[in-house]
Amino acid sequence: MTYNSIVLVKQVPDTRTVTGDVMSKKGTMNRSAMPAIFNPEDLNALEMALQVRERYGGQITVLTMGPLKAADILRDALFHGADNVILLSDRKFAGADTQATAYTLKSAIQKIGDFDLIFCGRQAIDGDTAQVGPQVAEKLNLPQITYTESIASMDGDEIIAKRAFDLGSEIVKCKLPCLLTVVGSADRIRPASARKRIENKLAAIPSEYPAIVEKWAEFETETALAAYLTERNLEITVWTAADLDVNEDQLGLSGSPTQVYKVNYVVLESTESKEVPPTKEGIRELIQELIQEYIVG
Amino acid sequence: MTENFFLDNQDLQFRLKQLDLRDVLEIKEQGYAYAQEYGTAPRNYADAMDNYHLLLEVLGDICANIIAPRAAEADEEGAQFIDGEVEYAAATQEAILALKQADLFGAMLPWKYGGLNLPETIYQMMIDIVSRAESGVMTVFGLQEIASTINEHADDETKDYFLPRFARGEVNGAMVLTEPDAGSDLGSVQTRAFFDEEAGTWRLNGVKRFITNGNADVHLILARSEAGSRDARGLSLFLLERDETVRIRRIESKLGIHASPTCEVQYDNTPAIMIGKQRFGLIRYSMALMNGARLAVGAQAIGIAEAAYREAYSYAHQRIQFNQPIAKLPAVSRMLLSMRAEIEASRALVCETGIWVDRLKAYEHLQSQRDKSIPDLRQKLKEASNLADVLTPLTKYYASEMGNRVCYVAMQIHGGVGYMNEFNIERLCRDVRVTNIYEGTSQLQIVAAIGKLLGHALDDLLDKWAAVDYGSALDSLKKQLAETTMLFKKATDALKEKESDIIDFYAADLADIASFVVISWLLLQDALVSQRRADIARVYIGEHVSKINALGTSIMKADKTALLARETILAEQF
Ligand SMILES: Cc1cc2nc3c(=O)[nH]c(=O)nc-3n(C[C@H](O)[C@H](O)[C@H](O)COP(=O)(O)OP(=O)(O)OC[C@H]3O[C@@H](n4cnc5c(N)ncnc54)[C@H](O)[C@@H]3O)c2cc1C
Repeated sequence: MTYNSIVLVKQVPDTRTVTGDVMSKKGTMNRSAMPAIFNPEDLNALEMALQVRERYGGQITVLTMGPLKAADILRDALFHGADNVILLSDRKFAGADTQATAYTLKSAIQKIGDFDLIFCGRQAIDGDTAQVGPQVAEKLNLPQITYTESIASMDGDEIIAKRAFDLGSEIVKCKLPCLLTVVGSADRIRPASARKRIENKLAAIPSEYPAIVEKWAEFETETALAAYLTERNLEITVWTAADLDVNEDQLGLSGSPTQVYKVNYVVLESTESKEVPPTKEGIRELIQELIQEYIVG
Repeated sequence: MTENFFLDNQDLQFRLKQLDLRDVLEIKEQGYAYAQEYGTAPRNYADAMDNYHLLLEVLGDICANIIAPRAAEADEEGAQFIDGEVEYAAATQEAILALKQADLFGAMLPWKYGGLNLPETIYQMMIDIVSRAESGVMTVFGLQEIASTINEHADDETKDYFLPRFARGEVNGAMVLTEPDAGSDLGSVQTRAFFDEEAGTWRLNGVKRFITNGNADVHLILARSEAGSRDARGLSLFLLERDETVRIRRIESKLGIHASPTCEVQYDNTPAIMIGKQRFGLIRYSMALMNGARLAVGAQAIGIAEAAYREAYSYAHQRIQFNQPIAKLPAVSRMLLSMRAEIEASRALVCETGIWVDRLKAYEHLQSQRDKSIPDLRQKLKEASNLADVLTPLTKYYASEMGNRVCYVAMQIHGGVGYMNEFNIERLCRDVRVTNIYEGTSQLQIVAAIGKLLGHALDDLLDKWAAVDYGSALDSLKKQLAETTMLFKKATDALKEKESDIIDFYAADLADIASFVVISWLLLQDALVSQRRADIARVYIGEHVSKINALGTSIMKADKTALLARETILAEQF
C-alpha cells in the first residue's frame, strides 16, 4: 500500500544566526541582516515524509503559505525529493495569525484532496507557537500525533509512531488519515540530490521569469521560457485566494483574532567582548559562567 | 552560512572557471542533443558548467557538514572484520549513505544508464573535495571508476545489466589486481582463469591481496587466462559478482585510511565474465583502469593536502611564540607559502591532465562510432593519447609526493601538538602516506612516464605554451621559463644517450624537471588572470628554477659513478 503525504513548510528568518545588526537602535528589525531559511523542524518533517515514500511509495506534495520569495524553500524541497510543490501567495493571506493561517492551509489541503498523511514541523522558529499544525488537524477533523520523532510502522490505515518529550517518549497508534507534527530530534534532512538540484534549477513562479530570461540567453522571451518549463513540469504552482474555496473574511489580518497588544524591544547594547582561550580549561570556565548567569542549565 | 568545501575553496572555483571543456562537451553531449531526452542533461555549454558548479556545491555541503565532522571518528573506529564480513565504521556508513542520497555515485556514467555523464576533470574535483573531508571514504567513492571501465570495454548486455545499478548506488566495486607475488610487477599475476565448458562460463581461482573494498558487490579482476603463460600477455580482465565462492580472509591493520577496508580475498571456482579481448587484460584494460585511478589518487593527495594546509594555517595564526603568532615568523610563513603554491600547482596539473584524458575519451568514442565530423580526428586522437599517457603518471607522481611534503610541513608547523592524536594533522599525515604507494608506487609512475619523456612527448605542448603572449609584466618570468624548458630538452637528449641502467637511475630527476616545467607554464597562464595568480607563479617558478638547474646538471653529468659505488657502499655489512 502506498501513502500520499502533504508537508506544510514555512520560510522563516534565520533567528539562529542573529547578529548585532538585526535590531536597529530604535528596536525595529533589519530583515536583510537575517537570511530567510527553511524552518528547521519542517525539514525534519520533510525527511519523515521522504522515508515513508521510500518504504511504502506514494507522492509528496509540499505546501507553503508566504510571500513570493518563499518559492526558494519550495525549490529546496524539490532538490531534496518532493514530487510536487505549491505556493499559497496572495496579499489577502498577509498578516495572518495561527488561526487564519491554519484556515488557509486547510482550504488548500482540501483542494489537493488526495492524502493519507500531513506532516509539519512542531513549530516555526519565528513565532514559536506550535499551534498551526494542531489547528489544521482540528479544522480538517483529523486525528493528530504531535511531537513525532519517528514512525515505527504503517499498516493499512494505521500508523504507529513515537512521540518524544523532554522527560521521555510514548508510542502511539493512530488511524489514517492523520496529521503529524515533527520534532527537531527526528532524523535530519537528507542531503539534496545533485541530480534533482540540476533538474529543478529552473523551477520557478512567473514573477521569477524575467530574471531567468536575463540569465539564460537561450530563452528569448518569457513565453518561450514558460513553454519550456511547462513541458518539463517545472512551473511552481501558485494559488491565490481566488483558487481556493474560502470565506475571505477568515483570511489574513481580517481573519486573525490575535491582536498584538504591546511589543517589548530588547536592544542589544553591550559592546564589550571577552576572549575565551580554546582550551579545555577555557571552555570549562565559559560553561561555568553561562550556568551561573542562567543562560544555560 | 553553512560550511561548504567547494564554496570555501577559491582555488577549486578558479579551476572550474578556467576549465575549457567546449570541445569535450560538444562530443560528450552530442551537440547538446541529450537535453531533449534527459531532464538533467545540459542545454548548452554555459548550462553544463552551471550544472557542474551546482553538483560540486551539493558535494561540498555533504563533505563539510556530514563527512568531515566525523572524520576522526571514522579513523578511530575504522573498518572492522567481523565473522568473515567487512563492516564500515558508523561514520563511513553515514558518509556513503549521504553520497548515495545525493545521487553522486555513478556520476560519470552516460545518461542512458542513469549517470550524469560527467567529464573526468569534474570527477577529479569531486575526489579532491571528498578527500579533504575523509580520505578513507574516498576510496569507496572512487571505486565507481570500475563502472567507467565496464562502460568503456564491456559488451552491451553486460553494461545494461551492471551500469544502472552502479548509477543508483546499489552496488559498489573493487579493483582486484595485486597478489602477494605480484605488486608492481602485475605481469606475474597467478590467479587462474579457466573456461568451464559445461557451465559455459569462466571460473577463477586464486588469492588477491591488499584489495581496497574487497567486500564490494562487483569485482574487476586480473587473472591468467592462458595456462602455462608467464607474462602480461597471458592475462585477461574479468568481471564478477560476489557470491559464496568469494571469501574475504582478513583485512589489514594499517597506518592510515582506516575507514577503507584493505582485504585479502580468495576466489574458489568463482564464475566470471571476460571483459574485452582475451589476453589484453593488463596491457590494455587494467592500464586504462589504473590510469583513471591514478589521476584520482593524485586528486586524493591534493584533498588531503588542502585539509593539512588549512589546519596548519589556522594553527600558525593562533599559536603565539615570541609574542606573536608564529605565522608572522618568516620561516613559518615560508612554509605556508610553499604549501599553498604547491597545492595550487598540483590542481592546475590535475586539471590539465584531466582535460587530455577527457579529450582522449571523447575522440575514442567518435572513432568507435566511425564518426567523421572531425576532419583530423586521427591526429587529435594521437595527440591526446600521447599526452594523457605521459601526464597521468607524472601527475600521480607529483601530486602524491606533494601531498606528503605538504602534510609533513603542516605537522612541522604544529610543533609538538602536531605529533599528538588530538590534532587532525597526525591523521592526515598517516592518511596521505599511501598515495604514493598504491595505484603504482612513485617509482612505477616514473617507469611509466620515462619512455614518453625521452621521446619528447611534451615538446609540442610546451612549444604551444611558449608561443602565447604573456605581456610585458610577465616577460622576464617567461624568459626564465623558456630557458629552463631548453634545459629540460637538453637533459632529455643527454639522458637518452645513456645506458638503460643509468637512465633508470636518473629517471626520477627527469620526471621532476618535467613536472616542474609543465606546472610552471600552467601557472604562467594563470598569471594572466590576476595579480594574485601572477604572484603564485612568481613564487613557484622562483622556488623551482634553481632546482631544475641542479637536476639538469646532475642528469648532464650522469654516469656510472653512483651506480658502481652502490656495489661497494651497500655491500658492506652493517
Ligand atoms: C592501502 C592499500 C590499498 C591497496 N588497494 C589495492 C586495490 O584496491 N587493488 C589492487 O589491486 N591493489 C591494491 N593495493 C596494492 C598496491 O597497488 C601495491 O601495494 C603497489 O602497487 C606496490 O606493490 P607492492 O606492495 O607489491 O610493492 P613492490 O612491488 O614489492 O615494491 C616494493 C618497492 O620496490 C619498488 N619497485 C618495484 N619495482 C620497481 C621498478 N620496476 N622500478 C623501480 N622501483 C620498483 C617499489 O617502488 C617499492 O618501493 C593497495 C595497497 C595498499 C597499501
